[in-house]
Amino acid sequence: MTDMDMSNASEKQTDFSASLKKRYAAERRFRAYGLTAIVIAVSILGILLGTISFQGTPAFFQTYVQVDVYFDEAVIDPSGARNEQTLRTANYQALAKRGLYQLFPEVSERREKRTLGKLLSSGAYRPLSTMVLDNPEIIGTTQSVWLVTSDDIDTFNKGQIDRNTVEADRRVKDNEIAWVDVLDAAGRIDMRFNTAFFATGDSREPELAGIWGAVVGSFLTLIVTLSVSFPLGVSAAVYLEEFAPKNRWTDLIEVNINNLAAVPSIVFGLLGLAVFLSFFGMPRSAPLVGGLVLALMTLPTIIIATRAALKAVPPSIREAALGVGASDLQVVTHHVLPLAMPGILTGTIIGMAQALGETAPLLMIGMVAFIVDVPSGVTDPSTVLPVQIYIWADSPERAFVAKTSAAIMVLLGFLITMNAIAVMLRKRFERRW
Amino acid sequence: MSVAEAIKTETPAEKPEQVSHKITGKDVCVYYGDKQALFDVNLDVREKQVTSLIGPSGCGKSTFLRCINRMNDVIDGCRVEGEIKVDGTDIYRSGLDVVELRARVGMVFQKPNPFPKSIYDNIAYGPRIHGQASDSAELDQIVETSLRRAGLWEEVKDRLDNPGTGLSGGQQQRLCIARAIAVNPEVILMDEPCSALDPIATARIEELIDELREKFTIVIVTHSMQQAARVSQRTAFFHMGVVVEEGATSDIFTKPQDGRTLDYITGRFG
Ligand SMILES: Nc1ncnc2c1ncn2[C@@H]1O[C@H](COP(=O)(O)OP(=O)(O)OP(=O)(O)O)[C@@H](O)[C@H]1O
Ligand SMILES: [Mg+2]
Repeated sequence: MTDMDMSNASEKQTDFSASLKKRYAAERRFRAYGLTAIVIAVSILGILLGTISFQGTPAFFQTYVQVDVYFDEAVIDPSGARNEQTLRTANYQALAKRGLYQLFPEVSERREKRTLGKLLSSGAYRPLSTMVLDNPEIIGTTQSVWLVTSDDIDTFNKGQIDRNTVEADRRVKDNEIAWVDVLDAAGRIDMRFNTAFFATGDSREPELAGIWGAVVGSFLTLIVTLSVSFPLGVSAAVYLEEFAPKNRWTDLIEVNINNLAAVPSIVFGLLGLAVFLSFFGMPRSAPLVGGLVLALMTLPTIIIATRAALKAVPPSIREAALGVGASDLQVVTHHVLPLAMPGILTGTIIGMAQALGETAPLLMIGMVAFIVDVPSGVTDPSTVLPVQIYIWADSPERAFVAKTSAAIMVLLGFLITMNAIAVMLRKRFERRW
Repeated sequence: MSVAEAIKTETPAEKPEQVSHKITGKDVCVYYGDKQALFDVNLDVREKQVTSLIGPSGCGKSTFLRCINRMNDVIDGCRVEGEIKVDGTDIYRSGLDVVELRARVGMVFQKPNPFPKSIYDNIAYGPRIHGQASDSAELDQIVETSLRRAGLWEEVKDRLDNPGTGLSGGQQQRLCIARAIAVNPEVILMDEPCSALDPIATARIEELIDELREKFTIVIVTHSMQQAARVSQRTAFFHMGVVVEEGATSDIFTKPQDGRTLDYITGRFG
């Protein structure tokens, strides 16, 4: 080997290591960028979830006050007939208030009495009627009952109203605070898990408002969405992917489906308003209509996901099936569809999760109405979770802030569950060919 | 082993009796879109013999093979002209039942492609859809016979419920052969069935092909001249979309008529 060769070779060597150093540096930088991005994303998510659960948790608890209620026959059932209708509609509110007044005999002035009565929620008496209906025997006796307090007292008891602020700036006045302190000292104030929140529908009173109506509404709506969009979407995708001739028309359809996926959801709401409500005269704010609108919106998602899943099935499987004499339909139903099913289901669940969180199109078809009753069918007026959040977020009462966050937590819980199922499906059925 | 040796030792002498053609291809032209892949191919395949198609890559062997069971139908823009007859019926005439054709003309692919189902179901699938078994006992019998014929029975008889995709490459390919013969076809097309296999697995499949010749007409595409020489009685040499030469395997390898064939088998190109 000559000197010339040697120097050449070593020069190449140094060049090489220099570039290698550069490449490593680039790689480190790239990793650092990636890590930073992840840290930022995770902390934003953390802040979001943190604030929501911080704000929402109080809504899962409710302040109760213990009152000794005398079930006065003269008020409940003067005739003594024990007629169910009479028992149901009796003036229990008066009984509850009377019980409360007895705890503060010194309060006699009418205006002050009324303020005292406002410690109780306007719906606080409801358990009383249930009690009587369950057991009419208690009429004429005195029972110690825990009753829901009004939202202001609840907020105060949760420490969200500061007693040291000027009275005029406070929604809970000095005399009310004094009463609460007395009750508290007597062990008559308690914070309990708010089961009513998960069992009742909406209400004007925050302390009585529950999420159950919206949960059921969302459920019914999603059922309609799923049962319309899944069969339609999968059949459309199977036809387009497996059977349709490749020509200008199918190209056009494909482009349009992809465009449909990008259409703002409120447009689907307008369509629903025009077609389902105005033309077909379907009921307003019903899960049936909401489900149909959301089905239109989810359809492109499902079609696209299904086509992708069908495309991912290796052609060798199709050839194998064709090779033993399977017909086109048999190839699809016996081999391609089963293999694509996990992908299809994943796409469907993600589409459903999107539909579950959708608000705008539902506002268009009147699902924003204030509805107290829990819907019992797809044609009953109802609301859905995201719209419920919207309604509560729009309400002025302080206690609805917590309710809003609590409802968001419930909605997020559903979404996370659905996505977890999608991930599980994908993991479980991941194919190894 | 050299090609000539392979022929001497393994190729049985051709019977001089009357020849019956299972498949006849006449002026077959195939187009992929605007691109023509086969030019007026005339090729006859004799019954119960192994015919190998050889030639450089891209010369149209697979294309011709896939014409015989109309597997090209599924390729967009693929067009076949001319006439291919199986047992005297034009398989491209309108109204022909492709499903039935494919049941009669089975295929084994280059890459083993078992269904992601159990070994049993892989074999049973064809007979099931064609209603070839009246009860499960008969189906069991078909599965066993097919696996035995494919030389796989001893290896898998205890684990018929395991997925077919869990077998080794060579076993998978034999499974695919078993799957093809389970529907009792008349012709089996094989497109480079051994290209993904090691020499031992290859030898097994070659043995198998030789045995299958008793019952089936076999057309095999191969890149290995030794393999063509070992397993086939007839050989067709394809080059750039035309059949350059077709004849008894021993003739093609020992006294080719065309210069291009000679160049190819002596390794000068391809
Ligand atoms: N699906 C297809 N679309 C377009 N052109 C194709 C298609 N399949 C094959 N061809 C073309 O047709 C010609 C013949 O291909 P073919 O697959 O028959 O070759 P081959 O002889 O089997 O080659 P190999 O030995 O590499 O498998 C090639 O030029 C190829 O590019
Ligand atoms: Mg090929």
